[in-house]
Amino acid sequence: MRLDQLSINVTQRVKKVNPFTLMPEIEHQLAEIGFIPGEKVTVLRKNFFGGDPLMIRIGLSTFALRKQEAELIEVEDLQDND
Amino acid sequence: MIEAKIHFFPKEPLVALVGNPNSGKTSLFNLLTGGKQKVANYAGVTIERKEGKLNLGNHSLRILDLPGVYSLYPRSLDEEITCNVLLGRATGEKKPDLVLCVLDATNLRRSLRLVLAVKRMGLPCIVVVNMMDIANKRGIEIDLSQLEQELHMPIVESIGIQTKGDKAVREKLISYDFKTYFSTLNSTTDESDHQPIEVDNIVVQAILQRMGLDKVMADPISDRFDRILLHPVLGLIILFSVLFFIFQAVFSWAEYPKEIIEAGTDFLSKFIANLIPEGWLQSLLVHGIIAGLGGVLVFLPQILILFFFILLLEESGYLPRAAYLLDRLMGSVGLSGRSFIPLLSSFACAIPGIMATRTISNARDRLVTILIAPLMTCSARLPVYALLIGAFIPARKIAFGIELQGFVLFALYGVGILGAMVVAWLLKKILSSQKAFHPLMMELPNYHMPSCKNIAIGLWQRTIIFLQRVGGTILLLTIALWFLASYPNPPLGAIGPAIEYSYAGILGKALAVVFAPIGFNWEISIALVPGLAAREVVVSSLATVYAIAGQASSAEEALTPILQQGWSLATALSLLVWFVFAPQCLSTIAVVKRETGGYKIPMIMLTYLFSLAYLASFITYQFALYFGLG
Repeated sequence: MRLDQLSINVTQRVKKVNPFTLMPEIEHQLAEIGFIPGEKVTVLRKNFFGGDPLMIRIGLSTFALRKQEAELIEVEDLQDND
Repeated sequence: MIEAKIHFFPKEPLVALVGNPNSGKTSLFNLLTGGKQKVANYAGVTIERKEGKLNLGNHSLRILDLPGVYSLYPRSLDEEITCNVLLGRATGEKKPDLVLCVLDATNLRRSLRLVLAVKRMGLPCIVVVNMMDIANKRGIEIDLSQLEQELHMPIVESIGIQTKGDKAVREKLISYDFKTYFSTLNSTTDESDHQPIEVDNIVVQAILQRMGLDKVMADPISDRFDRILLHPVLGLIILFSVLFFIFQAVFSWAEYPKEIIEAGTDFLSKFIANLIPEGWLQSLLVHGIIAGLGGVLVFLPQILILFFFILLLEESGYLPRAAYLLDRLMGSVGLSGRSFIPLLSSFACAIPGIMATRTISNARDRLVTILIAPLMTCSARLPVYALLIGAFIPARKIAFGIELQGFVLFALYGVGILGAMVVAWLLKKILSSQKAFHPLMMELPNYHMPSCKNIAIGLWQRTIIFLQRVGGTILLLTIALWFLASYPNPPLGAIGPAIEYSYAGILGKALAVVFAPIGFNWEISIALVPGLAAREVVVSSLATVYAIAGQASSAEEALTPILQQGWSLATALSLLVWFVFAPQCLSTIAVVKRETGGYKIPMIMLTYLFSLAYLASFITYQFALYFGLG
C-alpha cells in the first residue's frame, strides 16, 4: 500500500521510498526527513475530500506532504517488535 | 597566475553550532552570546551568517550559528554552507576548533542521525542535549552518562529558553582545553562519500533501544492544538482573525510612541533653527535632514509592532501551520506551499524572499515565486501606507469595534496578495509544463512558548537594520534631493515658490505629464524618483519637498496636515494603489538579475509591475473622480 492510501490515524511502517524519475533528488530528501525503511508512519490529517496537503507523523516528527510525495512512499503492517 | 588569498582570523577559538532545524539552536546561540551578535552574509551567497562572542571570564570564544540541517549531505545551499564550514572549505572562515552539536531531547531519533554524520567528520565535538525541560515534562528520561558511553562523545544538557539554561554548556567550555585538540585535527572524511542514512538509522535505533527510549511518543499537546488550529474551516478563520488583529494593532498601538518621535523631531528642528542663522546650512539641516529623516523615523514603532507579531508567530511554531492552511490555495494557482516561506519573507523585504526561493526545486515554481514576490507588501512600503492612511482615512470605528485605518491597511496587503495569486495563475497558463511536481515537505514543529529574549533580540536587530538604512541610503538621497530642490535659485522677479524653478521642480513637472492621468502632482512625481532606491525615501522626499516649498515658519510642521490640504482623496487612493504594485527598488532588481542570471527576467518583472501599477492606479483615480472624490 502507498502512504496516500493509508487511513487517518492508522500507524504502519515505511517499506521503501520509490524513486521519481523527473526529480531524482526527492528520494534522498524524503530519506533525510525520516522516511527510512522500518520507521513508523501515520497520516494525522487529510484535507477535505482526502485532498492536499497531508499531515504526516514520521518517527517523532510531523511533516506536511502533498499526495504526489506520499505516493512515492510504500508502507506495510507493523511487525511484532514495533 | 593564481592569487593566493590570505585571511586573517581573530585569535579566539571558533565554536560552531550545528543542529536540526527547530532544535532550539538559535535560542542557545542567543543565550550564549546575548546581544553581542553580528549578522552578515556568507561570502558570495546570501545565507545569513550569525556570529557572536562568548565571554568566559579569562578568555572568550567566537560562536558561529550554522544553518539548521537534517543531514550533512550537501544538497541544498544551507547544507552546503554548513558542510563547507565544518570541512574548513568556506571562504573567509577558518575551520571550527570545536563543534557543538545541538540535539532536540524530544526527538533524539532524528537528532542522533546528524550526530553520527558530524562525528564522522572528525572534528572535536560536544553534544548538547537541548530542550531537556520539555523532555522531562513529557516523561522522557535521558540518561546522559549512558548516551556519553554509547556515542563516545562528551555530553551536556541545556534549556535554550531559560535564563542560565546554558550553565552546563558554559562550564564545559570553560574547562575545555582547546590546545590539546589542535593536534588531533587531521581526519577529514568527506561527507559526500557518506554512509547511507539507512545504516545510521539502524545504529540510532539500537542506541535508543538500549537506553529505553525507542518507545517515545510524539508531543500530545501539539497534536491537541493542531486539531483546532489546522482544522480546514476553523483553522482558516483563526488564521485570518490573527492577521486582522495584527494590522489593527499596527495602527492603534503605535499612536503614543509616534507622538513622542514627532515631538522630538519638532523640538530638534526648532532648536537648530534658533541656533544656526538662516541660510543654506539651516535649510539643509532643518528642511533636508531633520524633515526627511524624521518623516521616516516616525514609522519605526509600526514596523516593530508588525515584526513583534511575526517573530511571535515564528517562535511559537505557528508560521508553518499558516503555510499548511494556505497550501490548498497556493496549489490552485499552481504553486506549492514551499513558495509560502519565501513569499512570507517578502513581507519584510523582497530581497531575502527572492533568495529564499532557492529552496524551491521546481524551476518553473521558482521563477513564478520570484516574479510575484514583489507584490507582497514589504516593510519599506509600510511608512508610505501609514502616512497616507493616517492622513486620509478617518480614525473611526466601523462595525464591531474594528478600526477603519487598520482595516484599510489589511485590505492593501490583501490586494497585493490577490494580485500575486492572479499573476501566478496567469503564469501557470502561459508556462505550464508537461508534468509538474510541486513538493511540499515542510516540517510542522512542536508548539513552543515563545521566549522573550529571542523576540527582544530579533526586534533589536530589526531596529539596527532600520536605523542603518535611515543613516545610510535614506540620508544620502535626502541630501541629494534637498540639493536638487534648492538649486538653482529662482530668477529675479519670479512669482511662484522657489522650488518650482529648481532642478527637482523642473524634473518633477516633466514627470507629472506622464503621471497626471493617475492623479499624481509634480511633488509626488519627483518623490518617486529617489523612491526607486528605497521605498521609505518617498516619505522623506515628500517631507523635504514640502518643507522647502513651504514657508520657513511652517517647515517643522508634520507632513500629514500639508497632504490633507494639498491632495484630493482620489490622488491619495491612487498613490496607495500604486504602491501595492509599484515597480521594485533597485536592489531587488539587482538580486533578481543575479538569481536568474540575466537581464531578461528583471526586465519582464519591471515592465509587468509598472504596467500593472499604472493600470490599477488609473482605474482607481478615474473611479474616485467619477464618484466625486477629486
